[in-house]
Amino acid sequence: MTAAESTEKKKKVKILTGNHAAAYAFRHARVGVVSAYPITPQSPVVEKISEFIRDGKLKANFLLVESEHSAAAACCAASATGSRVGTATSAHGLMLMYEMLPWASGTRLPIVINLATRSCGAPWSVWDDHSDFITVRDVGWIQFMCEDNQEIYDTNFQAFKIAEDPRVFIPVIVAYDGYILSHTMMPIKLEKQEDIDDFLPPINHHINLSNISEVKGVGPVTTPNIIKRAEGTAPGYYEFRYSLQKALENSIDIIKEVHDEFAKKFGRSYGNGFFKTIKTEDADTIIFAMGSVSAQARTVIDKLRVEGIKIGLVSLRLFRPFPIKYLREFFKGKKNIIVFDRDIGYGYEGVLCYELKAALYGLKDAPFIKGYIVGLGGRDVKSEHIIQGVHKALEESEKGEISYKTEFYGLDLDKLDFLD
Amino acid sequence: MDIVEEEFINPGTRMCAGCAMQLIYRFALKALGPNTILTVPASCLTVLHGMQGFCSTKVSVLHTPFATTGAAASGIVASLEEKGLADNICVVAFAGDGGTSDIGIQALSGAAERGTNFIYACYDNEAYMNTGVQRSSSTPLGAFTATTPGGKIRPKKNMPRILEAHGIPYVATANGSYPIDLYDKFKRARDIKGTRYFHILSACPPGWRFDPKDTIYIGRLATETGFWPLYEIINGKFVLSQPSKKFLDPAKRKDIEQYLSAQKRFSNISKQDIESYRNYIRDQWNEIKRRLENQ
Repeated sequence: MTAAESTEKKKKVKILTGNHAAAYAFRHARVGVVSAYPITPQSPVVEKISEFIRDGKLKANFLLVESEHSAAAACCAASATGSRVGTATSAHGLMLMYEMLPWASGTRLPIVINLATRSCGAPWSVWDDHSDFITVRDVGWIQFMCEDNQEIYDTNFQAFKIAEDPRVFIPVIVAYDGYILSHTMMPIKLEKQEDIDDFLPPINHHINLSNISEVKGVGPVTTPNIIKRAEGTAPGYYEFRYSLQKALENSIDIIKEVHDEFAKKFGRSYGNGFFKTIKTEDADTIIFAMGSVSAQARTVIDKLRVEGIKIGLVSLRLFRPFPIKYLREFFKGKKNIIVFDRDIGYGYEGVLCYELKAALYGLKDAPFIKGYIVGLGGRDVKSEHIIQGVHKALEESEKGEISYKTEFYGLDLDKLDFLD
Repeated sequence: MDIVEEEFINPGTRMCAGCAMQLIYRFALKALGPNTILTVPASCLTVLHGMQGFCSTKVSVLHTPFATTGAAASGIVASLEEKGLADNICVVAFAGDGGTSDIGIQALSGAAERGTNFIYACYDNEAYMNTGVQRSSSTPLGAFTATTPGGKIRPKKNMPRILEAHGIPYVATANGSYPIDLYDKFKRARDIKGTRYFHILSACPPGWRFDPKDTIYIGRLATETGFWPLYEIINGKFVLSQPSKKFLDPAKRKDIEQYLSAQKRFSNISKQDIESYRNYIRDQWNEIKRRLENQ
């Protein structure tokens, strides 16, 4: 390598926060319309995009609207008019967008939302957990959770490519932990524009209202049953929603295809595209988590192995569609799974935990599964919590005990006077 | 004025007999022409537009949830601008009074404040008619609705004034009973850049409780009594429309009781409320006069 080549290579590595990684991804993906509303901890994404547009580095139309509800509605409309469209939000912003989320998936609009995760009030908390991310699991979007800033940048290109694939046409959420990634700087390899263009060609939208020679009614009324008229056949609501579920099921193959193509072209892969595995080959016990919780769990694997526990980690990347088939294959023959949820399905248990239990239902010699809640509202998830959780779970597994009460780590109840 | 012969609503829509909105939509779309993209929220227009798989208009329409009309129009405009098509295609939002003055007011205000290049038309049938006649903030004083069985105790919200306060280049009122005036205004608005707002009275036989054959008559009474003046505000300049000019003279106005008594929704209105209407009309026309003299 010549000195010039070496400098060129170095130049492409920038130290960026997770939010800015998302903004660079939008720039390199040549997003055509962005519509957003500020919310902590997402705001730096849209601030950076505004700078890119001011400096002529991104030729996008940035619509600064008066609420997230309007941001999502404007994104839907701009997408239906044929543009590549993206936005970013957090917690209450996503809650306010909620009405538009099944609208987008039902209309099959390939929008990408970057979600800097944050807990949902009340009480107010700007800090991180995954409760916003898990709350939208049933609206028909594809959902990724990233573990570092490079993954945020890379996953965005994959997200647009998957969303815009004619076999898919489903919107995507790319999530990353608020503050822990959104505001933490890491070195990121930025790719050349022409290489990204090659991977992600311009959008070819299936609706495109801007083509006025083709008259369309987008999103009108459906009925419980199919209606046949001389002009054509109108599918019922049921057929529409069936096709969304089928497209989500089939998208698993396309998600893998796109992940593998990205890996081949840019040399970075994320496990099998659905989940990443760390020291799992000889492991009989597996920690199952996503995002910042996985990142913390990575640090304790070796410590636990010194104790003689054959343990590994599975870090979930694709939350929807839930990669059932791949998880069942992977967990076949494993003895114990310990799930750490940075979220809770109130009145039940951690969402990742019950999703995994359902996915492994009926597996022969199914593993023992125990879940814990950690780190709600930005409480630190510490190595000791994960170590204690693993120890306790293994004891219960040994005794064949199953607890029906949700267990938490990192609570400081003894410091609260009113509980005396 | 010559009215375009081509129709932009396909035959066989599912509107109620005597619906003024169908007439309003028909004349507005004729004036707007083929280079138009429509967006409509949940409303009686959703019914007109019909079922999935068909389009009841000869221009495309994007259906959008109730609260989002202004934002959806903004999204279409943003995409057209990105593609360099914004100068050739007119984006038009058509929403009811509930979708405009209640649930959609935030998105509309945002779009107007941003100076979004589009036409927003509110067809005002003065209640949530599509869901079975419930009150909106545009329901007038004393009117019976399913949720104001004793008559509404507050007057209607003045949306044209709210939109005018946004400093947009064009605000107009219209009335389904004056289709040529309406057509003329849509023609004029089409060529103006920026946010253009229409507030159109749309007489509704089932909601207002009158015989469908009387739609034009009832709508005219609204203007002839001075309750619904027809005007434009073009770049801040107030222009009284031709059909309303003679009502500057109070003696030419019919008494409001004629309008109210022709509709069963006002059958239990109090004497005091009728007097409030007379005062409202007097104050409204004093204001119009003041504006015309001081510009």
